[in-house]
Amino acid sequence: MTIQAERPAHREKPRSGKPVASDRMRAEARLGQRLVAPAIVLMLLVTAFPMLRALYLSLFNYSLTAPDDREFIGLGNYGVALSDPLFWKTTGVTVLYMVVTVGFELVIGFAFAMVMHRVIFARGIIRTSILIPYGIITVVSGFAWQFAFSFQNGFVNNWLPGISENFNWFGETTPAVIAIMVSEIWKTTPFMSLLLLAGLAQVSEDMIEAAKVDGATWTQRLVKVILPNMRAAIMVAVLFRALDAYRIFDNIFVMTAGAVNTESISFLTYRQTIEQFQIGIGSALSVLLFLSVILIAFLIVKIFRVDLADARQEK
Amino acid sequence: MTTHDGAASRAPRNRVRGVVALGAGAVVSSLLTACGSSGPPTLNWYVNPDGVDTLTSLAEQCSTADYDIDIQLLPSGATDQRTQLARRLAAEDSSTDLMSLDPVFVPEFANAGWLLPFEGDAADAVTDGILAGPLDTVMWEDQVFAAPQWANTQVVWFRKSLAAAADLTMDDTVTWDQVIEAAADNDGTVGIQANRYEAYVVLINAMILGAGGDIVSDTEAGKDAQVDIDSEAGRKAAAIIQKLADSDAAQSDLTVSNEGTSLGQMYPDSGAGEFMTNWTFVYKNYQDLVESGDLTKEDLDDLGWARYPRTVADQPSAPPVGGIDIAVGAFTENPDFALEAAQCVTTSKAQEALARDEGLMPARGEVYDSPELSEYPEGLLDLWQTSLDEGGARPKSAYYALISGAVQSVWHSPTSVSPDSTPEDSAEFLREVLDGKALL
Repeated sequence: MTIQAERPAHREKPRSGKPVASDRMRAEARLGQRLVAPAIVLMLLVTAFPMLRALYLSLFNYSLTAPDDREFIGLGNYGVALSDPLFWKTTGVTVLYMVVTVGFELVIGFAFAMVMHRVIFARGIIRTSILIPYGIITVVSGFAWQFAFSFQNGFVNNWLPGISENFNWFGETTPAVIAIMVSEIWKTTPFMSLLLLAGLAQVSEDMIEAAKVDGATWTQRLVKVILPNMRAAIMVAVLFRALDAYRIFDNIFVMTAGAVNTESISFLTYRQTIEQFQIGIGSALSVLLFLSVILIAFLIVKIFRVDLADARQEK
Repeated sequence: MTTHDGAASRAPRNRVRGVVALGAGAVVSSLLTACGSSGPPTLNWYVNPDGVDTLTSLAEQCSTADYDIDIQLLPSGATDQRTQLARRLAAEDSSTDLMSLDPVFVPEFANAGWLLPFEGDAADAVTDGILAGPLDTVMWEDQVFAAPQWANTQVVWFRKSLAAAADLTMDDTVTWDQVIEAAADNDGTVGIQANRYEAYVVLINAMILGAGGDIVSDTEAGKDAQVDIDSEAGRKAAAIIQKLADSDAAQSDLTVSNEGTSLGQMYPDSGAGEFMTNWTFVYKNYQDLVESGDLTKEDLDDLGWARYPRTVADQPSAPPVGGIDIAVGAFTENPDFALEAAQCVTTSKAQEALARDEGLMPARGEVYDSPELSEYPEGLLDLWQTSLDEGGARPKSAYYALISGAVQSVWHSPTSVSPDSTPEDSAEFLREVLDGKALL
């Protein structure tokens, strides 16, 4: 009886576009809103004010050391930034950092997630040791890898075959970018694997068993059963990491200080605002950085059709 | 039973409350006493990490019954020092009372309204007897904004044997061209600072000033300053850098060379040594190496020095001027005490102590005659004094960070400098950067 009564309600869904909300769901939603309200108010105070202020300041030609020369120039700073080759060069480098690090992290992170998921002995120790790099402060990891890649006292040159002992990793763009990426990947892969582990845990063992019984090989089970069922988790992990990676700063600051064209868009913004005191153009750059992060989020959500609600198993 | 339980549990809670109240009262009353007891205020003096021991004892000596001076250490890099102080001052920090400033930061900070000017007697006290080079660094819009504490300048250091082999008389008329040729022809090298950093601008600026030009002029006009680097003087400076980069006298690490890298080339394992333009610390550096046994006394005797090389033969050179100036924060709660303290830490006696114990050379002319400095050869002290008196500062501008950055970005690497394009390109880029039309 109950089952029959529920079915018509389900059939109505496609017509209205939205599921019909019961009183209980509405009450839960209201409770939820009330519970997050204080946090939202606090966040608005802490983040909305600086953001609006940056937006306002970006409309001025304004140097901190010459407050009297401050002048309103409308969107002039945006014009300068968007027409400057340096902006596009750093954007290109930043996208490169993002694509390569997220790609590597996804593959290695998935392998780690499988290990953490399947391991049957010393589970705690193995899981903990995989997660250790994520517990280390990025600046510390940056210094550690800088020493590792240093040709004076590092070990990388001695360990890697085909690399001369005096090879200076930070003397040219390509090796310096590689060194920065290695530090970034080492540090954040555990985060990726943690997100993927949550996705793996969602894949029903019954389905995998059923596939096994049907004679599916390991690869077939992975590609046809496991991956499709954790697509949402993968995309959330990629989204989180991509947004994070696009804002890469610490490793560059520590390892090269932006030398030999390793500068990211965050670092360029930092240099304009903090080092050169150019508050106007610096604010314009940070607004552009913010917009590009939103754009990337939008693209990933749209292109890969990520449904955050799906990932949280709300459907 | 229930009532009894309630009473029993209430009793200790009351006791706890009593103890807490008592404790809180004690804390509050002790805080009140602290406020009321008006001990002498503490002046914070932000210092860069050069000669900290002597600065600490100066701070102690200059503390009075009215105030104590406390040393706060800044980071070692000049850019980091500047940003840390700027962040505090932009936020109108009232606890930044005194600060040690690199000369190029004085106009920036003064223009931003972050420094308290020295007026009347205070201005006289900190400027009387100061050599012309350092004096120029503390002036902004006809006001004194800092007190010179110690001064730095560059001379050309060389191996006497190398100069003799080249038959080159190293006096104050020697030119860059002569030095480069002498080194190249006699298995020697020329050491300069040409990494992409501030000291490279020091070099370029000194060369351009030496040919009678400048990077920018009318700098008090801020962004509308006149860009002069695309001039005969700019082209001559570029020609010298190109000549050195192309010659056998160039050191292998030319493009990343700094104050420290060329020190070792003075006494190399093979080769005749070098001509090196570098700051005053060089003498003490080699002297210490003799003491530690890394150099012999004969090696040190072979070390010569002469005035900074001329850019053009018919004009005296303009040796670079550096050092440290003491400024007072505009938002200090104790401006009178801070101004008084700034005078105290820059007296002749203070400068004598810094020179004797730390090798930081005085900004006051009279200190060079002090018997405390007798360990330095007399000719060297005279040379430093003349260099500081006739030296040339870097552009004084509220936009100095932009000017320096724009010059570095076009003139680096030294191997790609050409008199035909570099001065022109850098002038164009500098103009665009100052106009806010290009990112740096």
